[in-house]
Amino acid sequence: MATIWLRRSRTIAQSLKHKYGLTGILGLEGCNSFQNLHASSPSSTNHDRHLLVSTYKYSTTIVSDKRLKSTVALKHLDSTAFASDSDDEQALDFPGGMVSYTSEMQFISESQEKRIPCYRVLDDNGEIINGSDLELVSKEVAVKMYNDMVTLQMMDNIFYEAQRQGRISFYLTSMGEEAISIASAAALSTEDYILPQYREPGVLLWRGFTIQEFANQLFGNKADYGKGRQMPIHYGSNKLNYITISSPIATQLPQAVGVAYSLKMDKKDACVVTYTGDGGTSEGDFHAALNFAAVTDAPVVFICRNNGWAISTNVSEQFRSDGVVVKGQAYGVRSIRVDGNDALAVYSAIHSARKTAISEERPVLVEALTYRVGHHSTSDDSTKYRPVDEIEYWKSARNPVNRFRNWVESNGWWSDTEETELRSSLKKQLLQAIQAAEKTEKPPVSDLFSDVYDVTPSNLREQENQLRETINKYPQDYPSDVPV
Amino acid sequence: MATATTFITRGRRVVSSISRRRFSSSCQNAIQQQQQEKSQPGGGKSLNLYSAINQALHIALETDSRAYVFGEDVSFGGVFRCTTGLADRFGKSRVFNTPLCEQKARKFHIKFCFMQGIVGFGIGLAAMGNRAIAEIQFADYIFPAFDQIVNEAAKFRYRSGNQFNCGGLTIRAPYGAVGHGGHYHSQSPEAFFCHVPGIKVVIPRSPRQAKGLLLSCIRDPNPVVFFEPKWLYRLSVEEVPEDDYMLPLSEAEVIREGSDITLVGWGAQLSIMEQACIDAEKSPTLVALQEGISCELIDLKTLIPWDKETVEVSVKKTGRLLISHEAPVTGGFGAEIAASILDRCFLRLEAPVARVCGLDTPFPLVFEPFYMPTKNKILDAIKSTVNY
Repeated sequence: MATIWLRRSRTIAQSLKHKYGLTGILGLEGCNSFQNLHASSPSSTNHDRHLLVSTYKYSTTIVSDKRLKSTVALKHLDSTAFASDSDDEQALDFPGGMVSYTSEMQFISESQEKRIPCYRVLDDNGEIINGSDLELVSKEVAVKMYNDMVTLQMMDNIFYEAQRQGRISFYLTSMGEEAISIASAAALSTEDYILPQYREPGVLLWRGFTIQEFANQLFGNKADYGKGRQMPIHYGSNKLNYITISSPIATQLPQAVGVAYSLKMDKKDACVVTYTGDGGTSEGDFHAALNFAAVTDAPVVFICRNNGWAISTNVSEQFRSDGVVVKGQAYGVRSIRVDGNDALAVYSAIHSARKTAISEERPVLVEALTYRVGHHSTSDDSTKYRPVDEIEYWKSARNPVNRFRNWVESNGWWSDTEETELRSSLKKQLLQAIQAAEKTEKPPVSDLFSDVYDVTPSNLREQENQLRETINKYPQDYPSDVPV
Repeated sequence: MATATTFITRGRRVVSSISRRRFSSSCQNAIQQQQQEKSQPGGGKSLNLYSAINQALHIALETDSRAYVFGEDVSFGGVFRCTTGLADRFGKSRVFNTPLCEQKARKFHIKFCFMQGIVGFGIGLAAMGNRAIAEIQFADYIFPAFDQIVNEAAKFRYRSGNQFNCGGLTIRAPYGAVGHGGHYHSQSPEAFFCHVPGIKVVIPRSPRQAKGLLLSCIRDPNPVVFFEPKWLYRLSVEEVPEDDYMLPLSEAEVIREGSDITLVGWGAQLSIMEQACIDAEKSPTLVALQEGISCELIDLKTLIPWDKETVEVSVKKTGRLLISHEAPVTGGFGAEIAASILDRCFLRLEAPVARVCGLDTPFPLVFEPFYMPTKNKILDAIKSTVNY
């Protein structure tokens, strides 16, 4: 009987998932954050929103009715699947360890009964929740964290505008995700290596990369460490142990394992932290990296910024699992889910993950739940595929910078005056940096040919000579701001 | 790889299929003699190609404590025995084990199922100043790692403005025909990698070459893809100096001098070409009635960045060029050589550049003898080029 019930209830649950997408799943799994989304957002006349809300309500009623039965069935399934007392006294001596036998045919459930909870420390108003596990943050660190989060916001606003004015070719903001990069960076040592994706300039900022250095990269001038070879936002700094960004998704993850293995072999008191998004977890590289990290016992912390959207692909279309955090266990990797918009929770989780990675020589996976408030990049208009009020809700009600500010202010470490001063000073610095970067000349043509190899081979020398002849002949064909 | 072990157990079949193709030992001897005449370190024991590779890896690990060897099944010695003894000598943290002797070293059961993982890991390791020597069990299985090689390893230095590099990375992979490998144990994918600025592609032709070139690749400050002719792993035997020596990259070598036609090749194909050269010398033609055709044979060794000058000098002397490789003719690296030499030697050429290569089909099992650029196909092309 139990199995029949199980099948029936799972079928219903599955069909609901397919029918109602994300809201169906959330209704089924009972996630709080989206209940808050609809409960706390101000009433709106937006048609889309009404649709969303009614779908949500509908799915909860249906699901809550069936949920009892499905839960009973699932409990039965889970408890037997992992039963410690087996039917058979014998065990299978299989490579990798003993496996007990059972005569009951039980499939492991595709999902857990409850979604993995999300660790947080600050409530929505920025007050520390009583009894929280947390790492204490000094005034100095907290104020710098807040300063850098504001700097990141201002940078994003002004550089984004510069792109809109056609002064730089491309830009990509960290809006809504400021807490993850800044707070994780704050919890690390500068000896730790960073293998970033592209939405973590906050780590560089924390480590002392200047606004001028950011601007130089965006403008691809001769002061850009990348010598103007890559699109804007592909920062890198040898000095700051921040390995240069590349556009392909998730390729940095297996590389991070190699870097971590090297740190371990050198017995360094350091680990590697590497970042990816929810979309990146669908790449083979993500899975290769987790598996490699586990088997090589590499001190690496994988941070997945699950921001709900991989360009236009919603997480409901990205995976059927309970997000990313559950994938760690399959590879034997310790994992935690964190509220990515709670800077203190991110700080505490990464502080602890780092300690684990180094002292226990093992990888850790951190899934930070957040939201991409900005468009994917300047080449994207996200209002075409997601409701405006969803963006607005995360931008205002769940804003990580505001939440952290409330906490910093409540400690008496920050004031409105300081806020105004900081913002006006940053604006001035940013505009000056843009002007200076714009005026700085581009890298010379010789930089086109250098660094392909350690020494320029003859075919490239030949091509350089040919190109120079062509430039002399047709100077009008080439940009005048690139020195020949 | 389930089929990997068949290459060990079917050793006899390899030899028989090769002799069917009239791969004569005299040809091997001819090449060996030629090599010994060159100004290379002398002496040493008689070794086959996999043992020479094994020696190079021992030296690489011995001379640099920051060198690592890893890949599928490398710890027990590899399916081709290239990594024999390394894990015992240098420890399982520097030579990563795989699950064939699981009771011994449970902690290091590393089964690399993700090729992108092997190369990605190697890039990270190399970026930290290590010598990362990665093995892909067959070149046919390198493609999942294509993204890591093309978009990551090759651009690591350039994209960071030389702030970072992964020059310590060497990717070894057995390539080419073996007599019974079918689609997935026979391919020659070198041309794909020759289209990627930032990496080097190197292919040795013999044990002595393999050892010296591999040591150069491992120590070269650029990422290198090193394809090993698996056909020759056991078959090719020559004296290999026991000491630590390196052969220069991006330098081609004239392994047989001649005056009527230049032949360019690399890896296992050179022995077939050598055989064709010998037969051509016995073939009187319109041009050389008495002496037969005098062929100059060049081993390119490094495919990118390649030594255009050596080929150019030779073709200016002979006035004719033939290129031969196992990979399909269309888009093969022979096309690049042909175009470059045509550009440099147009007025000196007395005949169109000939290419004798694999057919434009997937690598076939039963039809392998038909697919291959065999000695007689080359001989015919030599004759028709000289008689053009």
